[in-house]
Amino acid sequence: MYRFNFQPVFDNLDMLAHGAWLTVQLSFSAMAIGLVVSVLGAVAKTSGIKPLRWIVDAYVEVIRNTPFLIQIFFIFFGLPALGISMSPNTAALVALVVNVGAYGTEIIRAGIESIPQGQIEAGRALALSPVQIFRHVVLKPALRNIYPSLTSQFIYLMLTSSVVSVISATDLAAAGADLNARTFASFEIYLVLTAMYFLLALGFSTLFATLRRVFFDYPAGR
Amino acid sequence: MREFSSADVLFILMAIRWTLILSLIAFAGGAVGGMVLALARTSQARVLRWISMSFIQVFQGTPLLMQLFLVYFGLAVLGLPIDPLLAAAVALTLHASAFLGEIWRGAIQAVPQGQSEAATALALSYGDRMRHVVLPQAMRTATAPTVGFLVQLIKGTSLASIIGFTELTRAGQIVNNATFQPFLVFGTVAAFYFILCWPLSLLARRMEARMRLAVTR
Repeated sequence: MYRFNFQPVFDNLDMLAHGAWLTVQLSFSAMAIGLVVSVLGAVAKTSGIKPLRWIVDAYVEVIRNTPFLIQIFFIFFGLPALGISMSPNTAALVALVVNVGAYGTEIIRAGIESIPQGQIEAGRALALSPVQIFRHVVLKPALRNIYPSLTSQFIYLMLTSSVVSVISATDLAAAGADLNARTFASFEIYLVLTAMYFLLALGFSTLFATLRRVFFDYPAGR
Repeated sequence: MREFSSADVLFILMAIRWTLILSLIAFAGGAVGGMVLALARTSQARVLRWISMSFIQVFQGTPLLMQLFLVYFGLAVLGLPIDPLLAAAVALTLHASAFLGEIWRGAIQAVPQGQSEAATALALSYGDRMRHVVLPQAMRTATAPTVGFLVQLIKGTSLASIIGFTELTRAGQIVNNATFQPFLVFGTVAAFYFILCWPLSLLARRMEARMRLAVTR
């Protein structure tokens, strides 16, 4: 009969808490930069400039059809061949940004395309300025339409970020691996680690739900 | 150190079969688990709904890597030999069950309530109602997202390399350790994954577009 031993985990909770904090930081930075990449990608895709669209299409398809693990290997181990070397933590951030940027591009493009042309024309007929039209007629409804997919993509990003520990970037999973190498209480450690990721995901979704209520909780007009 | 040769490409290419086998096992297992979860999620029994919802939330709210580690080390706890293939197959099956369960729940609920009520009025049993009325219609809605999830599952099998199972990614790492040409090696591995996944992505998108057309018509 196996005897559980959570003592090593309890003795090192501060270490795991620090790892969780690193994961939060990594996710939020990747999210923020990834959002910029996504907006640029979506604008390029809807711009009507063909070569630009092809490049973005290729980027999105390659990223969405290859595993994140291979992307991070390629960026961390492969790119130095081209003279681009980075630390594990930088490589982790870059890989996450590149990854979420591809998914985000598609989501934001869908958001832009979800606004009927007639709405913009109606805004113009009401003598709204281009800036007003963009802010009130395009941006806000578009954001509201894509908010659910965008936020679940971000939670997925946070969960995916556990993989960065394979290139020894420092995050929650790496803290767990570190502890595992010292104490060998593998099952207990990963049980607690999984619970911590679950709580992080829960925290993220609660935060996103609150933000949704603050910004988008007005009746839907159709 | 030696050159990255055609023999290495062949070695990586041969490892694709393990990626495919693992994906197929997980998909088959996930289909069974997903169907059970979807039916439980849409059933009248509150306990079943609650259990299936918790299962789905836990597996969708935790990283696949942690699920893999838990099963891998959990087998040891149960006194079973730690076999990477077995661990990966079990973890990916549970993972796929949760995602397919959620996709198929949505598809079942997208079938108009009236259909189910009409079937009840015709005195069909729950089994007949599901088999002949609800599920065939739900299948149409579910096909495109199911194919889309298959891409995610194939990509997910790459994590099995971390617990030491020699599939496509691990084969790449082995070749890289011998040749030290990471740019070429991981580029090749990425290309193989792309060749596996891209057709499925295109198929899923085409089916989705056709569905949307059918709905708006």
